[in-house]
Amino acid sequence: MESVLLRARGVANSRDITTYLQAGGWEGFKKALSMPPEAVTQEVIDSELRGRGGAGFPTGRKWSFVPKDHPGPKYLICNADESEPGTFKDREIIEYDPQMVLEGIAIASYAIGAHTAYIYIRGEFFRWAKILEEAIAQARAHGFLGKDILNTGYDLDVWVHRGAGAYICGEETALIESLEGKRGFPRLKPPFPAVVGVFGKPTVVNNVETLACLPHIMTRGARWFASIGRPRNTGPKLFCVSGHVNRPGVYELPLGVTFREIIFEHAGGIRNGRKLKAFFPGGSSAPVLTADEVDVVADFDSCAAAGTMLGSGAVIVMDDTVDMVEVGRNLAHFYAHESCGQCTPCREGSDWCLDILNRLVQGYGHPSDPDQLLRICRFASQGMTICPLGDAFSLPISSLVSKFRNEFAAAIARAKPIPPKKLPVMPWVGKDVRFGG
Amino acid sequence: MKTQAIHAVPPEQLQKVTFDEAMEKRIAEIFERYPTKRAAMLPVLWLCQERYGWISPGVIAAVAERLEESPAFVEGVVSFYTMFHRQPPAKYVLQLCVTLSCELCGAKTLAHHIKERLGIGFGEKTPDGTFQLLGVECLGACGGAPVIQVNEDYYENMTPEKLDQLLSELAREQ
Ligand SMILES: Cc1cc2nc3c(=O)[nH]c(=O)nc-3n(C[C@H](O)[C@H](O)[C@H](O)COP(=O)(O)O)c2cc1C
Ligand code: SF4
Ligand code: FES
Repeated sequence: MESVLLRARGVANSRDITTYLQAGGWEGFKKALSMPPEAVTQEVIDSELRGRGGAGFPTGRKWSFVPKDHPGPKYLICNADESEPGTFKDREIIEYDPQMVLEGIAIASYAIGAHTAYIYIRGEFFRWAKILEEAIAQARAHGFLGKDILNTGYDLDVWVHRGAGAYICGEETALIESLEGKRGFPRLKPPFPAVVGVFGKPTVVNNVETLACLPHIMTRGARWFASIGRPRNTGPKLFCVSGHVNRPGVYELPLGVTFREIIFEHAGGIRNGRKLKAFFPGGSSAPVLTADEVDVVADFDSCAAAGTMLGSGAVIVMDDTVDMVEVGRNLAHFYAHESCGQCTPCREGSDWCLDILNRLVQGYGHPSDPDQLLRICRFASQGMTICPLGDAFSLPISSLVSKFRNEFAAAIARAKPIPPKKLPVMPWVGKDVRFGG
Repeated sequence: MKTQAIHAVPPEQLQKVTFDEAMEKRIAEIFERYPTKRAAMLPVLWLCQERYGWISPGVIAAVAERLEESPAFVEGVVSFYTMFHRQPPAKYVLQLCVTLSCELCGAKTLAHHIKERLGIGFGEKTPDGTFQLLGVECLGACGGAPVIQVNEDYYENMTPEKLDQLLSELAREQ
């Protein structure tokens, strides 16, 4: 496939606005400005673009939920929090083509009628925040941002807002709270941000990669975009491949390639001549797939049909030396640390899982542990929590237990007797009648 | 790339903080961007951490006053995020990613290596205040696993040898 989102990678001075203009940059925004905002939204709906931040929600439809007749300000937020483990694609776009992100922001802002946009970027990305600041200054100097843009009467300011270290602030309502100057506690939905968002105003939150698609949709048309990929799963997608592959990195491929192609053709197969054991197809919050499932198609609907998620397109690859109990421990550590703590099933559940998995890894497993883990995970993933982090931790962990139960059993078979003090969570014995076991 | 050292202002000088003109000017610019003062919270805290190296209780009180919030509220925000130093940090804060892709690619070896070479584990500082080790969660650079962030800079595809070289350079430059 021709490079679309990564076309600037490897080009000299690719970040400079003159380079971007030479490649036809900012033409998409000019075209959008010549159309009524609703027509821009319609074009994006027709392209069938789905959000690249994780949930895969149709972008144009999300915009159409913004009340048209709302009198006060509306906001656009570019989500550059990029904190789903395994994901490093938005950074790549910003590194090589920050103007493309800004143009996407401008198109989306115009379509929803926002005059202020914020780019919420994770705190660790010092370098990339600076790149964006410089890009904004250049775009302003060229009259693509600011007051009365290109004599159309349309105003738009874009500000970079840095996070300060919190995975949960990638979740859109936590992001909004954080932007408002508070702890990043997710909000209950509804109301959805499109109706009540930042500062109580209608707000659209879109991922960097989603926004980067927009200039191309505007210049080349919805039909062109929809011709890439598969029905309802259209367009180019950035896949981040990490772990035990020969060539980790970001690959731009049409939605609809298989994970086999991604891992073996593009990422060069498994390191050191080892064999593939398993992989997370869409970040660590997506249920794991085994080597037998490597022919699953990498698009939103096919992943859902395979019981997992395309998520952010982050493929984490594990070879046959990997201990899946330790993988579970690693992930439980992440989620227990990142749970914001508002909901009991998520706050306690992630910690309990971590305690049990720590115990298992240290050789103090108990025969009831796998079921105990599954039970905790079930509680955290039944819509019992404010935000989807409950599912994000429990689905991958329960998938590890279900698909690699033999490894959990082996760890338990090797276990030493549990010294009484080393027992952070009592092993669950017998059937809990209240909760139906 | 040359990583800038952090020069943390000692606690006794940060008990009572008043912002000078330069800080006030930048705070005023930040206020321009948002409809509420509260939204300036993270940018102003970042400004303070840049300036003082860390966020002391005195800094919290000053930020609270400037943003018309209670110190308790600001403290609540500061403590929620991992990147604000609530104690004076070392000159170089080694932030080793411990999440999955990095662990798969050798983060544990790096942690052991640092322990051996500098004698510090996660959360510890060298006695001379040059290095501090933190275990951090996914840095969003997993293609370059294992990754270590030193102050503001990313170092990717790290090996014990590269780490040795980096630590020697930093120790020399400080
Ligand atoms: C726990 C959690 C973490 C998330 N982290 C991110 C993130 O780092 N970046 C991102 O773009 N979206 C993230 N999302 C998804 C956002 O909530 C939101 O759906 C997305 O930014 C919408 O943009 P899109 O429609 O363009 O995909 C996260 C969601 C959850 C539940
Ligand atoms: S599910 Fe977890 S992260 Fe989400 S709001 Fe509840 S406690 Fe916070
Ligand atoms: S897992 Fe270490 S950078 Fe993502």
